[in-house]
Amino acid sequence: MTTTTDRLNERATAPAAGQDADHGTAAARAAGLVEPRTRLQTPRPRALALTLRTLGPLALLGGWALASATGALTQDVLASPAQVAEAVGELWGNGQLADALTVSLTRAGLGLLIGATTGLVLGVVTGFFRLGEELLDSAVQVLRTVPFLALVPLFMVWFGITETAKVALIGVATTFPMYVSTSGGVRNTDRKLIEAMRSFGLGRWAIVRTVVLPGALPALLSGLRLSMTLSVIALIAAEEINSTEGIGYLMAQAQNYSRTDILAVCILIYGLLGLTADGVVRLLERVLMPWRKVTQGAAR
Amino acid sequence: MSTTPTTTAASTSTATEAAPAVHLRGLRRVFGNRAVLDGVDLSIDRGEFVALLGASGTGKTTLLRILGALDRADGGTVLVPPVRTVVFQEPRLVPSKRVLANVTVGLPRGAATRETGLKALAEVGLDRHADAWPATLSGGEAQRAALARALVREPQLLLLDEPFAALDALTRLRMQDLVGDLVRRHRPAVLLVTHDVDEAVRLADRVAVLRDGGLVRDERVTVERPRDPADPAFADLRRRLLADLGVH
Repeated sequence: MTTTTDRLNERATAPAAGQDADHGTAAARAAGLVEPRTRLQTPRPRALALTLRTLGPLALLGGWALASATGALTQDVLASPAQVAEAVGELWGNGQLADALTVSLTRAGLGLLIGATTGLVLGVVTGFFRLGEELLDSAVQVLRTVPFLALVPLFMVWFGITETAKVALIGVATTFPMYVSTSGGVRNTDRKLIEAMRSFGLGRWAIVRTVVLPGALPALLSGLRLSMTLSVIALIAAEEINSTEGIGYLMAQAQNYSRTDILAVCILIYGLLGLTADGVVRLLERVLMPWRKVTQGAAR
Repeated sequence: MSTTPTTTAASTSTATEAAPAVHLRGLRRVFGNRAVLDGVDLSIDRGEFVALLGASGTGKTTLLRILGALDRADGGTVLVPPVRTVVFQEPRLVPSKRVLANVTVGLPRGAATRETGLKALAEVGLDRHADAWPATLSGGEAQRAALARALVREPQLLLLDEPFAALDALTRLRMQDLVGDLVRRHRPAVLLVTHDVDEAVRLADRVAVLRDGGLVRDERVTVERPRDPADPAFADLRRRLLADLGVH
């Protein structure tokens, strides 16, 4: 009985008397207590993250410059960075690069717009409506397994050497990643939320607009990312085979004259297009989903 | 002759009882420029059941998260036992694992683990649901599975973060009895964070009230067990605790 009251007293006075507190701490340590080890992400300065991100590309560039300077990489294999920069200046000066970029970007953009929209609509229909899935899914899955490169000869027969053939090829290539991601994302929508919205009298399309699409946005955007990458790949395929303008045409010309500097410029442009596409999706993620950052940041 | 062993047994039992399980001195935690916890001192002995009360936003969950190593302290001494488990307000079961796998998650695989998992499920009355998917359980069942998951590790400190808050009133009463029962059997030190005064008085050996970053009350519950809300001592303590929480 007395020991209990003693302990209670000690507990009550401990914070006042510093020595007692130290004594208690030592006793607690002796009893095998440990400090909890937290594994928390410490906030990192933005500049550091940015630096780390640019480190990889810079290392590649450095390696390329070094190989060119030491003679390990001769000009008939690949031009040096300086020569490539020179070629950019030359192509930009005579307007060739700007023209080619405009043409190529129009093709890729148009194809992507058509393909992503088709994929989005098909994905929502099969993901949300059971009848849609039963009717469409197996057909789309069959089409999806056809490599889009196999369609090139067929499209040439159908459309000839026209813009339509190129845009259609890019459209077909970009449809399927968008479709797969969308239908998956839509299928994962919270059923309870749909039920709640239904009880408030929302119709099917209103539910798709207010709940399903915002909920599926992460999946939609990752599908868009894949589609964007594929649009550049399909662009190369379309332009390499038959074209009279665009980056692919520029490359074909450079190949005929063994201009490795121009070839390198074109390859870099393709790479930059992919990088830009990725950046655009990242930006979209931030702009389109403002509610996401709030819940993830404050993990209390 | 016979008295000597009895006294030794008694003294060793008090010795283990007196050994601390939680030792907090001057704990501080600051969010932005607001000190949610500002010099909290709290000790919990082994096998002791402490209920921490507080209005919402007073930092009681933060304190629990610091003890569970889910949040960091900005100052002060924090000492806890090496084996701690948490039951959260939501069950937090992994939807892709069956109930038994959820209970034994992270434990070494083997027949013995399966056995202990099943035993833990039997203790919470869920042994028939061992192969069910978590999504098929009711709220109370899922929370019991979460309790089994916490107890199967034989924790020296069990942290309960408003574990009954999302349950209906009847299930809550049943769960409180179950928790009281299991804690008496396993004897871990328990910190129950709640805003339900009745729950705190029903279950705890000691109640503490957190307000304005510090403990404004830390007292032993002297109400006779089994605790009846009709008991005048119960009503008296409840009135005082509610006053501490700003409800009159």
